[in-house]
Parts: sequence; C-alpha cells; structure tokens
Amino acid sequence: MTTGINVVDILQASTLIFAGVAATVVVLTRQPVSQAILISFYGLLLAIVFVLFQAPDVAFSQIVIGAVALPLMILLALAKIKKQEDESEK
Amino acid sequence: MTLFLGSAVALAILLACSFAALPPTGDYRGPYGDLVNAVTVPERNVTDTVTAVNFDIRGFDTLGEEFILFVSVMGVLLLLRPQGNEPRRRHEDREQGRPAVPISDAVRVTALLLLPVVVLFGIYVVTHGQLTPGGGFQGGVILATAPLFLYLAGEFGNFRKAVPRTLVHIAEAVGGGGYAAIGLACLGAGAAFLQNVLPLGSKGTILSGGTIPLINASVGLEVTGGLVLGLMVYLEETLELKEE
Amino acid sequence: MSYLPYAVAAWLFVVGLYGIVTSRNMVHLVICLAVLQSSTYVLLLAIGYRTGAAAPIFADIPVGTPAVDPVVQALMLTDIVVEVAVVALILALVVQVHKRHGVIDPDKLRDLKG
Repeated sequence: MTTGINVVDILQASTLIFAGVAATVVVLTRQPVSQAILISFYGLLLAIVFVLFQAPDVAFSQIVIGAVALPLMILLALAKIKKQEDESEK
Repeated sequence: MTLFLGSAVALAILLACSFAALPPTGDYRGPYGDLVNAVTVPERNVTDTVTAVNFDIRGFDTLGEEFILFVSVMGVLLLLRPQGNEPRRRHEDREQGRPAVPISDAVRVTALLLLPVVVLFGIYVVTHGQLTPGGGFQGGVILATAPLFLYLAGEFGNFRKAVPRTLVHIAEAVGGGGYAAIGLACLGAGAAFLQNVLPLGSKGTILSGGTIPLINASVGLEVTGGLVLGLMVYLEETLELKEE
Repeated sequence: MSYLPYAVAAWLFVVGLYGIVTSRNMVHLVICLAVLQSSTYVLLLAIGYRTGAAAPIFADIPVGTPAVDPVVQALMLTDIVVEVAVVALILALVVQVHKRHGVIDPDKLRDLKG
C-alpha cells in the first residue's frame, strides 16, 4: 500500500542508480591505481545505500572493509608489483 | 566479444524472469525475521539483533567465517614468504635515484595524535557490539589500521617494535582458538556446543548477553591480528630500515 | 521502485562479469571481482527490506515496532568478510605470479608451462 512517493523512496532509488553508474565507471577504468580510489568511493556509496535501507551494522562493515581495507590491500599489491618490475628492468 | 554479449543478454533475461517472481522490495513476508526480532531481546537481553544472530543464534556459521579469514591470512603469509634464493637486500622507501621525501611535521603530529583516538574507538566498537551497530569484525579492522599511523608518521623503528611478529601471531591464534574454546567450554558445562550458558546480565550494559561479549572480544582479537599480519607482509618490502 | 534493487543487482553482476572477461591486467580483474561480489549485497538487502520499518536495533525503540530482517543482514556481514578473504588471497597469487613469470596480463598466462 503506497501512500505516495516520499523522500526516502527518492533517496533510495537515486543512490541505487548512482551506485550502478559508479560500478560501471569502476569497471571501465583500466588503470588499477585510479581504480583503487574509485572502489573506495564506490564502497562508501554502497554504505550509504545500506544505511538508507536500514542496515547500519552492514554499513559499518562495508565502510571499514570496502572503503579502507580493500583499497589499502590493492595499493600495497600494486606497489609490490611495481617494485618487482623496476627490479627486473635493471 | 559477441559471445559474451549474447550470453550476457541471455543471463539478463533469466535474471529478470527469476527476479520478477520474487516479492517486490518492501513487502517482507518471511516469518523468520519477525520471529528473531520478537525473541532476541527478551531471551538474550541484547539490543543489537544482528550481533545476536551472528554470534549466538547462528554462532556456528560465524565460527566458520572466522576461520575463512584465518586461513586466507595463512595463505597470504605462505605465498609471500621470502624465498630461499632471493638476496637479502636493504629495501628503501623511495624511487631509485630520487632523494627521500621528508615526512612533514603536520603529518607526523596528526598521525601521532590520531593513533590513541583510533585505538580507543576500535575498542569501543568491539565491546559495544551487542548494544549498538558494531561488533568484533568491524572493531577488529579499525584496530588493525592503528599501527599504520606509526608507519605514516615515519616512526619506522617504533612501528616494528609496536607490532612484533610473535605477539601478533599469538593474538591471532588466541582469538581464533578462543571462539572454539568457548564452544567447548559450553559443552563442558553440560549444554550444547556454543549454547549461551553464562548469566545474561541486564539489558543495555556491556556485559549483557552471556557468551556474546566474550565471543565479540575473541573475534576482534583474531581479526586484528590477522589483518595486521596480512598488511605487514605487503609492507615489509617497502619498509625503510633507518640507521637509528 | 519496488523492483529497482533487483535490477541494480543484476546490472552490477553483469558489469562485473564484463570487467572480468575483458580484463588486461590481473589487478583490474580482482577489482571487478569485488564489484561482482557487491551485487549479492544489494540483492540480499532488497530481500530483507520492509517499507517504513526501522533498523533491527532495539536500544531505544520498543520491541514490537516493525523492523527489517536481521538474519539477512547477518548473512551480508559474512559475505563482506568472505570478500576480503578472497581478494587478499587472489592478490597474493597475482603478486607471486608476477614475480615468477613477469606477466600481468591474464591472456598471456596460458603460454606458460609448469
């Protein structure tokens, strides 16, 4: 039973669509370094989606892991790969 | 490429047909969620039902999930261990040929001031898992990022001393085994494995929920130890060894 | 609106899969895998949602108020932890493969032996 469109519905729909667009941008970016920053932003956006859908525990976990720990691991792996490339070129 | 497009369209059609058979979002019909919501607060005296489901009502699944994290950290350590034939070189934290970037004082002061705040916040999140959104996993990851502030501030000697490998290994093992040990202790007390046998406490205090605060603490310890180990393995190569 | 989360979940899945299939860099592949795993979060979230309900934390609301499903949220927490575990392990494999064979392009991997 819908009592008309209220603000929460509009917010939910718009953040979901924004998350879909952000995921497309993440996939279409080919440089992994820029992608690491973009996936941090995408993780934050997903956490906002979770808060709007009344899931604060999951939003906490998503911020902490998807926006902090995951880009950190990706950037550290990229740094290691670059160091190995530099060493093999010498 | 055309193969992928064709199969993607077929997958999208299949997904659309199956999602159309689900109830629309917002029309929640299942009985299980309402039952858990009605039962958790009177029976367990905790106010965060998600933590109660994670650590008490479906506690056995979280035991498996914790060991997934443990095994993946073990895998990372095994894969990136120093090989026998690599020369032991002193690695430096800069590009070859460029002078080292000095750590600015603003970064040092901010990082060193933020470190105790982050540690305190991580401990708060872990201990208040059964009252407000939070819990062992979230607080554990927050605590695991705390030693990185030392790395950011340039205190490499203190960074290595603050996270000695043996201590972190012990913390991770105690946390991981502690969860199973609590379950076995419940067996020893005459109840089922991981059944809540401790006194439940009063609603709204930190020690409410019987075994839930203990399990929270052990999971927090395990996640902290595991993530610090995993990050340290990646950071080892880029760590500057200063002559003090 | 009521079927939008399902459509977004399906779109995220297909986009992640496209990224994996057309990837030229193994780290890019791992990030697209993370996007693919996030489609399951949106799907689970949409299944457990009830319109106009509150979060399932009863710290300051009485017990009888309608709340969303907490079991599905517990499943999502496990899902996020599994994502971290999988990404950590696959990144370690990528670093090791690059160290041994010097390739970062998954298409060139099939020429390797041993």
